[in-house]
Amino acid sequence: MPETEQSTEIRDAIAQAISEHETILFMKGTPEAPACGFSARTVAALQSLQAPFAAVDVLPDPRIREELSAISRWPTIPQLFVKGELVGGCDIVMEMYESGELAQTLGVEDDAIEPVDEAEALAPGLTQIENRLG
Amino acid sequence: MPDVEEIKQRIEAAIPGARVEVEDWTGGGDHFKATVTAAAFAGRSRIEQHRLVYDVFGAEIGGPIHALSLKTQSPQ
Repeated sequence: MPETEQSTEIRDAIAQAISEHETILFMKGTPEAPACGFSARTVAALQSLQAPFAAVDVLPDPRIREELSAISRWPTIPQLFVKGELVGGCDIVMEMYESGELAQTLGVEDDAIEPVDEAEALAPGLTQIENRLG
Repeated sequence: MPDVEEIKQRIEAAIPGARVEVEDWTGGGDHFKATVTAAAFAGRSRIEQHRLVYDVFGAEIGGPIHALSLKTQSPQ
């Protein structure tokens, strides 16, 4: 199959996945085994809100990331989409988590959230995760 | 390889009036964290604010700049 046709196919599959899942996260690795600290933090935020979400690992084929970024006009991974719209990457998702906006966007209760000092509590964790990978 | 100062200067040059603080997050020279305060952000969504900054670096994000963590805000 010609390369451009394959790219179109991947792009269509991504667009379809975004439209079919109310909440979908494109990440490095899987929710059970995130392969990057930023993806890990985003998954942790979603899980602590007990928000159901679909996840797509972009690592198996570099074209997934290329086509996704072309669609979303967003250069980094992870990318969270809710109801077909890009909500943000790790930074925005964490900001929204802290402020309670994420629970609102996802349509879940945020009573269970324990306040987390994000910068202090999570940055060292990120370093640990990346060190393990490196 | 871009450093903290270069990243700061390039954001300031691209977004007039921006106040920029950049730190090397891991000390490895490829994970940076930037706080950008600019009047240009007023009235824009967070996504649009971050895009303005990411656009300064284009394909360098994910390449030589492995990660650029952003916090954007408009001046109080």
